[in-house]
Amino acid sequence: MKKNTPSERLINGIIKENPTFVLMLGMCPTLAITTSAINGIGMGLTTTVILAASNLMISLLRNFIPDSVRMPAYIVVVASFVTIVQMLLQGFIPFLYSSLGIYIPLIVVNCIILGRAEAYASKNKPIPSLFDGIGMGLGFTLSITCIGAVRELIGAGTIFGKQILPLADAAAGKMGYEPVTIFILAPGAFFVLAFLSAIQNKFKLGAAKRGIDPSNPDCKGGCASCGNSMCSGKRG
Amino acid sequence: MEQMLNVSSNPHVRARMTTAKIMQLVAIALLPAAIVGIYNFGFKALAILVVSTGSAVLAEWLYDHFMHKPNTIGDFSAVVTGLLIGMNMPAGIPLWIPALGSIFAIIVVKQLFGGLGQNFMNPALAARCFLMISFAGKMTDFSVSDSFKGAVDGVTGATPLAALRDHGFVAGSSVPIKNLLIGNIQGTIGETSVIAILIGAAILLCYKVISARIPLTYIGSFAVFVIIYMLASGKGFDVNYLFTHLFGGGLMLGAWFMATDYVTSPITVKGQYVYGVCLGVLTGIFRIFGASAEGVSYAIIFCNLLVPQIERFTRPVAFGKGGAKK
Repeated sequence: MKKNTPSERLINGIIKENPTFVLMLGMCPTLAITTSAINGIGMGLTTTVILAASNLMISLLRNFIPDSVRMPAYIVVVASFVTIVQMLLQGFIPFLYSSLGIYIPLIVVNCIILGRAEAYASKNKPIPSLFDGIGMGLGFTLSITCIGAVRELIGAGTIFGKQILPLADAAAGKMGYEPVTIFILAPGAFFVLAFLSAIQNKFKLGAAKRGIDPSNPDCKGGCASCGNSMCSGKRG
Repeated sequence: MEQMLNVSSNPHVRARMTTAKIMQLVAIALLPAAIVGIYNFGFKALAILVVSTGSAVLAEWLYDHFMHKPNTIGDFSAVVTGLLIGMNMPAGIPLWIPALGSIFAIIVVKQLFGGLGQNFMNPALAARCFLMISFAGKMTDFSVSDSFKGAVDGVTGATPLAALRDHGFVAGSSVPIKNLLIGNIQGTIGETSVIAILIGAAILLCYKVISARIPLTYIGSFAVFVIIYMLASGKGFDVNYLFTHLFGGGLMLGAWFMATDYVTSPITVKGQYVYGVCLGVLTGIFRIFGASAEGVSYAIIFCNLLVPQIERFTRPVAFGKGGAKK
């Protein structure tokens, strides 16, 4: 697949270089706000909007920003978008605003956003940068929604606030699920993150061993007849 | 464990002691306290111990089997872990909770970090804390069951420590020392009888499985902490208060059987004293100023994390180095 096309950027962000499970970036929000699936999806989409907008803006400005002050310049751009999104959230989705709390303003220093600005947007054209931002953002959203859903399911028996596993009720003598509270507390975030990372590694490494690159839809398995030198199957 | 330590050049002195023998001795040393627990709390306690031990061994076997590793249930460490988890449960707990704890201890805390000798904290205590945080209500529910054969008249269902906590530090709120020693009190299955625990500890000391350094420093520094607190709070010295703290909770079980775990305690002699004092002070802080009545398990797993640093700073000088400078 050609490099730097919109679809390649999307697949790269969501699967190949998934910011949470592969790059291991943005761990603070990942660990802190994934107490429920709805928090995960809210945080993920908020970050996606900011990431796409700031990638686009930084890519447009890439020839004007002097190299020596690029970090402060990125921060100013990102902080402007974060302020806009924060006000919009406060105005239109107040419950999400209150449940994410301090982690909205902290998006300014999210390492995914600064990382993509530094590693991609400052060196590439605006359209691929925009799609890079969207891809990374969706990858982040998908990952932390998964983490949130697993933690919520084990820790409270619900997913998106809906009761999946009926709870036990000692007073009524009803048998049912006993929530494992530790999963919606801090240690649970580490357990679930580690567990899901292990699962995706197993999937990816297993595929790489068989010579199939899961992130590349053109791959038919078997590296001999393939000329793609960037393929993870070949490198691995 | 045994396969890890390959020393090549001879001659060697062979010791009879193996990992499996040490673990068997620890399991035997735990039996007196377990038997008192079964006598006190009846059939349910036996069922809990069987389930926790069985599921620990099963989890170890299943992990080895599915990860294509050599079978390690023969080293008996899973038996000890399971037994300790069972002895840390209140007698009225549903059986799936100790089973879940055993699986967590063996698979997450021990095997995922590389098996026996590689775990960074005591598996049994990590499991206890996991369960305490997850099922706080069930883990601290010491309601008296019909099978409780002890001083039924005098028992309200709270452990001596919880009672101390609820009533604060007032003279006469504590339990008679005799009951604490023989185990006529509420508590988890293995912690009630100090005498039974000390018999077990004596077995371990006799066979030189453990040294008394860590437990004695631990208990001693904790006692000093409590005495200082009593005097500093201005209510004066109360022997019963001190002894309830020493014998009323998990301190004895923790100090003799869990703080002395080889893997998670320092190997240097100086380090062992430092570790003991850290444990004593932290337990005192957790129990007296913390939110829950018991603090032994949190103190031990917290100090487990400090062990690498303690060992770094107490490393002995190599032979022939560091003598008087001329």
